[in-house]
Amino acid sequence: MTLAPPTSERTGAEADGAPAHDEIIPVRHPGRWVGAVVITVLFAMLVHSLVTDPRYQWGVVGQYFGSDLILSGLRLTLELTVLSMLIGIVVGVTVAVMRLSPNPILSKGSALYIWFFRGTPVLVQLFFWYNIAALYPRVSIGVPFGPAFVGGSTNSIVTPLIAALLGLGLNEGAYMAEIVRAGILSVERGQIDAASALGLSRLKTMKGIVLPQAMRVIIPPTGNETIGMLKTTSLASALSLSELLFSAQIVYERTFQTIPLLIVASLWYLIVTTVLTVGQMRIESYFGRSVGTPGGGRRKRARSYLRAALRFHVDAQELLTLGNSGRRGR
Amino acid sequence: MIQAAGNADPANARPIVQAVRVWKSYGATSVLRGVSFDLRPHQVLCIMGASGSGKSTLLRCINHLERVDAGRIWIDGKLIGYRPEGHKLFELPEREVCKRRAEVGMVFQHFNLFKHMTVLENVSYAPIKVKRVDVAKARERANQLIARVGLADKAAAYPSQLSGGQQQRVAIARALAMTPKLILFDEPTSALDPELVKEVLDVIRELATDGISMIVVTHEVGFAREAADCIAVMHEGLIVESGAPDQMIDQPTHPRTREFLSQVL
Repeated sequence: MTLAPPTSERTGAEADGAPAHDEIIPVRHPGRWVGAVVITVLFAMLVHSLVTDPRYQWGVVGQYFGSDLILSGLRLTLELTVLSMLIGIVVGVTVAVMRLSPNPILSKGSALYIWFFRGTPVLVQLFFWYNIAALYPRVSIGVPFGPAFVGGSTNSIVTPLIAALLGLGLNEGAYMAEIVRAGILSVERGQIDAASALGLSRLKTMKGIVLPQAMRVIIPPTGNETIGMLKTTSLASALSLSELLFSAQIVYERTFQTIPLLIVASLWYLIVTTVLTVGQMRIESYFGRSVGTPGGGRRKRARSYLRAALRFHVDAQELLTLGNSGRRGR
Repeated sequence: MIQAAGNADPANARPIVQAVRVWKSYGATSVLRGVSFDLRPHQVLCIMGASGSGKSTLLRCINHLERVDAGRIWIDGKLIGYRPEGHKLFELPEREVCKRRAEVGMVFQHFNLFKHMTVLENVSYAPIKVKRVDVAKARERANQLIARVGLADKAAAYPSQLSGGQQQRVAIARALAMTPKLILFDEPTSALDPELVKEVLDVIRELATDGISMIVVTHEVGFAREAADCIAVMHEGLIVESGAPDQMIDQPTHPRTREFLSQVL
């Protein structure tokens, strides 16, 4: 075995126009070639059909993409997402704190809540809330088992919108509770000891010391939950709420242009998801600031994920242009 | 019962800490098995002993971070955790417990600075939230304390940007910010690199000369000799020997004390 010759020799050889003496031959990856070809062919077929197949009706897609009906559906979808997530987060934090309470009734109660709301499909829960009047025709506020002060018929209070918010929000609360609990448990015991030793009450410790630090662990999955919620709101179409999907359905039930309108809805979901993803990266870098490298170690990490994703893309491109000579030049 | 040999105080001054036959066990293991001692105001007690001898648990009991199983601890004449009335002990509500805890400072082995706060916020947080001191005043005082531990230029830094020694000095400033009657140090230099130990011990020594009552769990014999008014050695949940530093370190009588000193000296 010989080592590569010193640089001076090599540059000399290159100056002569002759190839360097010891050329490094990278390992070949035939499997990647096969994979890349298969994917590329499939992708090309898809693009071809997208462009040439008239049944996609891109004209119709363009016609409805910015229509008032679709946009008002989009707005309701966004409202449902935001409000359900707010309910979910408030319920989640409460249930998580209860779950960690020394009071057995509170902790068992919250375990029961999580068990129930995670254990039944959210669509079933939505139908339950929608039909709650069949179970409790009247709701009122008053003394338990005693007289009522204010009240009304359930149907007038639990409108389809309220039913959707209750169904989505309370279901989300169960998932958020587990996320928040994991976040709280990730904060070192010593932080709580230090806060107690300074005379901070349990509540103040939770609000001022534990939760802010738990955020680092809570935020990323909450971002995922929000993106998930955006799409789960489409279930509200089953309650005839005219959110994005239902708005598209209204149109295609009239015009029978099913596919183009589903494309319109999908495009909007994709756009909002993309925006939410970028927002999530920003928030993560904000909450990661005081830990590790100051000033956005997380953002860097988020960027490196992106770069990793892009790298695959570049690899594929590289393979496409791989007349082998291109590779050696590098 | 042992007593710290008083310098300035009359021997009958009310002890700042009085512990009487304190027992504490976790499950089947008894960590404290009837610990008793007194600490006079403005004095420094150093507790030494092998790990697992109950030193840290004793400190945690004094600050009511742990509930004692039996025995009593008084701080400045007030019984910890309970309100005695006749022959009954009423457990204190959280608000009262917090108020008492605020009177006792604690410095931990692993600093336990609030990681999401700057140095200034760490030091000023409890005075603002617990004592409801005006924010501007709390900051001003925090800045003074930060300067006093020699970190005036680090007020805006986050704990993760500081060395261990600097973090521990911030932790001391944070404890001082509550103007405690007593400060408990739980192995304050054990987690530090050797070259950082001195800067922290210097700060504690200075506090000792200022006359703050302190209990310091430490393995630093040199520091104990210089700063302590009394040294107590713990073994298996009991104080086996105690006395003035020179006597304890130079002429230990109890075999456990000798054994321990031979290991750390």
